[in-house]
Amino acid sequence: MATDTQTAPRQTALNAAHRTLKAKMVNFAGWDMPVEYSGIIPEHLAVRTAAGLFDVSHMGEIEIRGPQALDLVQQVACNNAAGLVVGQAQYSALLTEQGTFVDDIVVHKFSDTHYFICVNAANREKDFTHIQAQNRFKAKVNHTSDDYTQLALQGPRAASILQRLTPVDLSAIRTYRFAFGKVCDVRCLIARTGYTGEDGFELYLEPPASEKVWNALLEAGKEDGLIPVGLGARNTLRLESGYALYGHEIDDTTTVWEAKLGWICKLDKGEFTGRAALVAQKEAGVRRKLAGFEMRGRGIARDGYPVLVDGKEYGRVTSGSPAPYLKKNLGLAYIPVGASAVGTRIGIGIRGTTVEAELVPTPFYKRPK
Amino acid sequence: MYPADYRYTKEHEWVKVTEGVGTIGITFHAQKELGDVVFVELPQPGTHFDASQTFGTVESVKAVSDLYCPVAGSVAEVNPALADNPALVNEDPHGKAWLIKLKLDDPKAADGLLTAAQYEEFVRESEETQA
Repeated sequence: MATDTQTAPRQTALNAAHRTLKAKMVNFAGWDMPVEYSGIIPEHLAVRTAAGLFDVSHMGEIEIRGPQALDLVQQVACNNAAGLVVGQAQYSALLTEQGTFVDDIVVHKFSDTHYFICVNAANREKDFTHIQAQNRFKAKVNHTSDDYTQLALQGPRAASILQRLTPVDLSAIRTYRFAFGKVCDVRCLIARTGYTGEDGFELYLEPPASEKVWNALLEAGKEDGLIPVGLGARNTLRLESGYALYGHEIDDTTTVWEAKLGWICKLDKGEFTGRAALVAQKEAGVRRKLAGFEMRGRGIARDGYPVLVDGKEYGRVTSGSPAPYLKKNLGLAYIPVGASAVGTRIGIGIRGTTVEAELVPTPFYKRPK
Repeated sequence: MYPADYRYTKEHEWVKVTEGVGTIGITFHAQKELGDVVFVELPQPGTHFDASQTFGTVESVKAVSDLYCPVAGSVAEVNPALADNPALVNEDPHGKAWLIKLKLDDPKAADGLLTAAQYEEFVRESEETQA
């Protein structure tokens, strides 16, 4: 994974595999990543109706070890990790003193003295520094991103495809649980997690075995309609499912209350970084809230387009795109609390014209049970 | 691949001139780069555009791409099929997915644009730089 210069984008262990599959490659957060193979629409639909395989090795991993590992996790992350059992994962966030986002993360409890954290590609160095700076607990903090390839196998047929390649009983791994086991004889962390709104797994494995597992999965799932999926559909899938993306819905200017992520913030768990600011904001009340909208007029809202509330420019679209499964033009934006009720009409500025949109419930898409 | 009786621009539009009317579309290469087209925005008939002026947009799931007028003229007709079926741009970019017909200010204006052979060479060079 080494690179010659600082400007050359980094490559995952599957770079050659993506090129063999004739993927369209883009620079994403400093990584040379596949944005699409067969097309964003067919890839998006495959994940909703069959299965898709993603290389998400650009994501980072940070591990915290030692007798006081939990103390450090509890200090830096706003969800309550104290109740986790070994083999359980939890969506959480790293916060600034101001209660705003450093990153959103997934904490995995390997043991009482070992926590494994998955972080965003663009934030891995920042997160590592941020966690280390608060380590008054003598916990051991390691940045181990380069030790892992991360694959995501997502979709209604993900479990049956993966089961063909592993002796691990996947039906015993519930949502947001994980196990260690072999996938085509390669040792993996098998987590029932994902970012698509579908059932599925994220696999963490050593980079030299990447191509073996990648190719075996594609082959095993071929007749089920499994195809490789790029970052383009990863974004439309997460937007359809109403998931926040760091740098868009959440960043160091927004809080869990505003982003409607209050459920990952446990004020009653004791002290953590950002808690005081969040208590204060909760008492004072938030002024704006993240809301989902659907275009009513002809036009597609895009990231950064102006949002008009009562005819006046209020903010910007945080994410906007056509939604290939729902076949609607959707978006997310911060809206003043007083105007954030479902059914409210807002305007989206599209190349100098105001096009009407309506606030709708999120998530836009929820998978059938 | 690229019809010999069309002329082309480096912005990947094509124009076919018949009796002072230019039919305009985007090239096979342009639609391939863009991916699945989901939305096309075209001007009202009667609108006048200068050469290189933006006359509309074509959007894929991920990208918005401006359409540049290859030659000056007034819009005589817009393709009615694209509003309901924007994917036609991917299926038949040089034919059924024409975008607008333009009454040209100067019927000879397209003569200075790239020929099919020159455009193909331009595409090949830009793909080599990318790879």
